Amino acid sequence: MASHASHDHASGHVVPLWLLFAVLGVLLALTWMTVAATWFDLGKLNIYVAMVIAGVKATLVALYFMHLRWDRPFNGLVLLVSLILLVLFLGFAMRDGKAYDPSRIPGYAPGIQRAP
Amino acid sequence: MAERTVENHGHGEHPSYLQHHFDTAEQQFTSGKLGMWLFLATEVLLFAGLFCAYAVYRGSHPEIFIYAHHFLDKNLGALNTVILLSSSLTMAWAVRAAQLDQRKLSAALLALTLLGGCGFLSVKYVEYSHKIRDGLLWGTKYAPTHGAHGATAPGHEAAGQAAHQAPAPVVDPHAAEAQAAVAATRPGAIGPDGVPVPRTFAPDPVVQSQAAALDLPASLSVEPSLIKIAPAGPEGVVQPETIKDSLIRDPAAAPKNVHIFFGIYYLMTGLHGIHVVLGMGAIAWVLRKTVRGEFGSAYYTPVDLVGLYWHLVDLIWIFLFPLLYLIH
Repeated sequence: MASHASHDHASGHVVPLWLLFAVLGVLLALTWMTVAATWFDLGKLNIYVAMVIAGVKATLVALYFMHLRWDRPFNGLVLLVSLILLVLFLGFAMRDGKAYDPSRIPGYAPGIQRAP
Repeated sequence: MAERTVENHGHGEHPSYLQHHFDTAEQQFTSGKLGMWLFLATEVLLFAGLFCAYAVYRGSHPEIFIYAHHFLDKNLGALNTVILLSSSLTMAWAVRAAQLDQRKLSAALLALTLLGGCGFLSVKYVEYSHKIRDGLLWGTKYAPTHGAHGATAPGHEAAGQAAHQAPAPVVDPHAAEAQAAVAATRPGAIGPDGVPVPRTFAPDPVVQSQAAALDLPASLSVEPSLIKIAPAGPEGVVQPETIKDSLIRDPAAAPKNVHIFFGIYYLMTGLHGIHVVLGMGAIAWVLRKTVRGEFGSAYYTPVDLVGLYWHLVDLIWIFLFPLLYLIH
């Protein structure tokens, strides 16, 4: 029993309260930033700016709110693998979407298909 | 290992929360956590399918996304982001309170998190009901009712907004382009170069019938003086709201297949909404157990795992918000 109790405390890291609030503050600031970024026309950069900000926010949530910073690394690895699979999935699908010559396969790749 | 299992098999040897198939509470805790993370990985992959649909359609039809995002209320989206982020804080704090044996605080924070979920769903309800009223639905159900907001002519609405917003309205270049292209097809509108075309006094039957439907004179269909092109370059500050309604309420300005955007919008926000509901159910369950005093510093695994789930819901919204509401 005694050994149980000591293990219990070792397994869960208690996050300092100030850190939780600091993370929330940064997250809210980043939310404002991502809205403010739409006031500027950066052309194709807008989507990348938005995704980088979202990525930073997601990282903060995962590291601090989800305890990954103090967790067993394997749990983080599980999340990382799912993200790598997501990138593979999206990356290949998006490349594929632009890979067809519309004149050869009628009805395909509607985005680059010209009006008849 | 085997020795220990036999040795510990007698009941009463271990705390009530420790299941027989675990050696120690820590082993049980880390196993539960790993299981939760594996589940969260499948959740990421579940949403990956929808993110993929989004990416492929936006890649091939950017004009649909640029047009349709004007229908989404940026402020409500931002409000929901703030609500979810704050509820993530209260959830993380509730876990902390459970770890520190602060049972009442933990229960209060869980209730607050639950309230955040209610707030999120309420805002979502307002958004959905607006869209349903305006006929902004998926697939074959997409049938926008133009002029649903006040039923004024496009020019009128823009004029009202222009009067409110000093200095002169600066217009989203995309919107201005679309508007100019549409307007150029009508007599008395502006040409593609932004120069007003002299109005011909032969009334256009299309414009007349549209105006008749709106119960307004045909001359009000487009007010060329209201269309001002934003200064070129990255410095140009963009305020899509000034032309939003006039663009949206003009059926001719809509690109083809806008319903695809709404199909994706409803699937992504709907699946996310279902997750919010399920998360709230899980939080309510954990709250009940907390009030009963089942959790403390020795055992708080369910609070922690439900927290992880709630943070994942937050995490997905962090991406949905800019992707759906802040398209540029």
